[in-house]
Amino acid sequence: MKMFQIAALWLAFAAPVHAAIDIQTVTSPGGITAWLVEEPGIPFTALEIRFRGGTSLDDPAKRGAINLMTATIEEGTGDLDSQGFAKARDSLAASFRFDADEDTISVSAQFLTENRDQAIDLLRRAITEPSFDQEAVDRVRGQVLANIRSDAKDPDTLASRALRELAFGDHPYATADDGTAESVQALTRDDMIAAHKATMTRDRIYVAAAGNISAPELGPLLDKLLGGLPATGAALPGRAPMNLTGGVTVKDFPGPQSTVIFAHEGIKRDDPDFFAASILNEVLGGGRFSARLMTEVREKRGLTYGIGSYLVGYDQAEMLVGQFSSANGTVGQAIAVIRDKWARIANEGISEAELTATKTYLTGSYPLRFDGNGTIASILVGMQMIGLSPDYPKTRNDKVNAVTMEDVKRVAKRLFRPDDLRFVVVGQPEGVVATD
Amino acid sequence: MSHRALWAATCLAALSGPALADDVTTFQLQNGMDVVVIEDHRAPVVTQMVWYRTGAADETAGHSGIAHFLEHLMFKGTDDLAPGEFSATVEAQGGDDNAFTSWDYTAYFQRIAADRLDLMMKMEADRMRDLQLLEDDVLTERNVIIEERKSRTDSNPGALLNEQMRAAQFMNHRYGIPIIGWKHEIEQLDRQDAFDFYNRYYAPNNAILVVAGDVTPDAVRAMAETHYGPLQPSADIAPRTRPSEPPQLAERRLTYRDTRVSEPYVTRSYIAPERDPGDQADAAALTILAELLGGSGTTSLFARALQFGPAPKAVYSTAYYDGTSVDDATFGMLVVPMPDVPMEEAEAAMDAVVAKFLETGPDAEDFARMKTQIRASEIYARDNVEGLARKYGEALAVGLTLEDIKGWTAALDAVTPEQVTEVARKVLNRDRAVTGWLLPKEEPAQ
Repeated sequence: MKMFQIAALWLAFAAPVHAAIDIQTVTSPGGITAWLVEEPGIPFTALEIRFRGGTSLDDPAKRGAINLMTATIEEGTGDLDSQGFAKARDSLAASFRFDADEDTISVSAQFLTENRDQAIDLLRRAITEPSFDQEAVDRVRGQVLANIRSDAKDPDTLASRALRELAFGDHPYATADDGTAESVQALTRDDMIAAHKATMTRDRIYVAAAGNISAPELGPLLDKLLGGLPATGAALPGRAPMNLTGGVTVKDFPGPQSTVIFAHEGIKRDDPDFFAASILNEVLGGGRFSARLMTEVREKRGLTYGIGSYLVGYDQAEMLVGQFSSANGTVGQAIAVIRDKWARIANEGISEAELTATKTYLTGSYPLRFDGNGTIASILVGMQMIGLSPDYPKTRNDKVNAVTMEDVKRVAKRLFRPDDLRFVVVGQPEGVVATD
Repeated sequence: MSHRALWAATCLAALSGPALADDVTTFQLQNGMDVVVIEDHRAPVVTQMVWYRTGAADETAGHSGIAHFLEHLMFKGTDDLAPGEFSATVEAQGGDDNAFTSWDYTAYFQRIAADRLDLMMKMEADRMRDLQLLEDDVLTERNVIIEERKSRTDSNPGALLNEQMRAAQFMNHRYGIPIIGWKHEIEQLDRQDAFDFYNRYYAPNNAILVVAGDVTPDAVRAMAETHYGPLQPSADIAPRTRPSEPPQLAERRLTYRDTRVSEPYVTRSYIAPERDPGDQADAAALTILAELLGGSGTTSLFARALQFGPAPKAVYSTAYYDGTSVDDATFGMLVVPMPDVPMEEAEAAMDAVVAKFLETGPDAEDFARMKTQIRASEIYARDNVEGLARKYGEALAVGLTLEDIKGWTAALDAVTPEQVTEVARKVLNRDRAVTGWLLPKEEPAQ
């Protein structure tokens, strides 16, 4: 082990690593703002567009409408049907992806420099003038219904559904945004048109581009692409309640393993203690092999293949959530270990060595994220949506390094609350008693 | 709409080409270790990968899973590193590391700030020859891989069907045995099995170093010579001659029922030629055949025939082929019928699409569109330097040459419609295939 002490010493003098990306802010003549990282080396551009609100804007009587709408938006526009649209896109070697989650609708596009204008025009037609042909709505509806049936037999989905139901009361976060078989069956073409109008609007757009495009080129492109959308959309939902209580929920499911999700309330992204909380969670439940839960549950005891915990930040709620699976016979032992580690970090905090090592990990791994145009565009939009400024990548590591041992001790007590942990166990666990 | 797909759709990844030739440098150390350097100076980041030319198909009978088990145990310490210290050191430098095992190769990688490459090489070279294992660590890790098998395979009816189908497809070749191993054999693996496999296969002359990112070939060469250079090559790396398959004389079919199935499906797997050094024309044609048949959820032949129209037969359909292997590969297809369509009918409809294609060959317009995408894929591929590192490592590990790798896009581009038809007629023969049905099983009465 001696040879690596020398290496560590040398590294102590290595220059601090900062994310080297240079973010420009571009405002189009029509008033749409975007962040841009120019990377002229490869002749294509990645463009990421998000609309705040996502599937939480569903009319409760039409749950699943926004999800189905997003999945159907690429199925034709004007004189192009599904086939025609896909062929036109593929002939340009462009790729467009449309996604919806509880907080956003996202459009991820990549297109070559050589036919950028044609690709943008095709994308514009899909975004602003989707056909929602009855045939396409029905076909995609069939796919969504298959997903809904499939989710009903997927232990991971069953566990996270059960947790959301327990946590979020009557907020949209509490229910599946695919909708139910019944609600999706009842959706009409008019519902698609209404869902489109309510969600993809100019008052909630966030845009970023990375790649072979300049600021003067990007501005007019944004107006061309997005200028035809309606000005305003449906009202955003308010804060979600946090109804989780400590205890154990068991859902019967056949198989050799139990899948477990455990959670309690988390911490807001703009909380002054967020960075201390991030360090603490990384020490306890980071996905790395040296994190405490990974060490205790996997490395020392062999009870699972993988375990981690995450500070999850939705627009309207925060949770600290962990997940693992373990044989039905050993899942109870794993839960006991987690409870014990949760209590321990709350009471004792972490060591100086853990604080230092985790800071090095978090600051060292940060620049590794910015690896490719698509990823960079996606990170940039995410930053805008949580209210960060364009210089954040240059200052973020300083914020991590500023966290003190005192901060960590104080925040550990506040963040980890062993008595509030709710475990949802999907499987046929032995010796695990449901508390409700 | 690809994000609505139930199963990971095959994407254009198979079509994407390597980096431009001038970004890639290769050389060999004196002890026989191959080195590939892929330069990408956009960010101060580097990926180091070490690929061993050995995997699950090199295991001896009765020891299935040992290649993968050893991969886990490689993190358990050396004469210089305590158990877990390898990953802890990578993480303490802000990097990430992991490893993966296939039938033909085992690979280890770290992704880290470019100025820390030297330390990564020092550690990776250390564990190539100086692994040390404590009995207790081996037994605990065996439980981890048993849990891994439960998560990946035993909890997943589709994975269980797939395992049964491969076992039916390969009667003699070890491609028929799951990489993770059969459960009853994993339970018997021990420390000695791991060392036997390690000593037989882990040596510089059976390894490929791929370094990709913000590095120069000269710097990599100097570091590699310092750290890997002194390692002794092994004198007895056996040639990769695996038992070959007897001729398949009859169609093979099986049905797997499981209470956890929600969407039944039919899937077919045909024996197909792989990429051979200096001869990858058939593999290129098969790659394009898979794209034409099932690559797109909208415009592929399967999608158009089965998912569109007034009475669609299927919710989802796909076809896939990956020819990067040492021995014969497989060509696969899968159809998830609409809820009211019986499995027989779905399979007949799938076969009708195949039969029609064998008669008529590719549509000229479809073919032209695919060629456009192939040429563009070379541009998009350059954005993902880790993907490039994997392509080089994987291809070299299965015995392909640098010329094969650099020529892959050209090979795809050179494929003619006639070649696709010809290779389809040769490969898509049910007498050389396994057909599987995945069906739900009624819950037993409580």
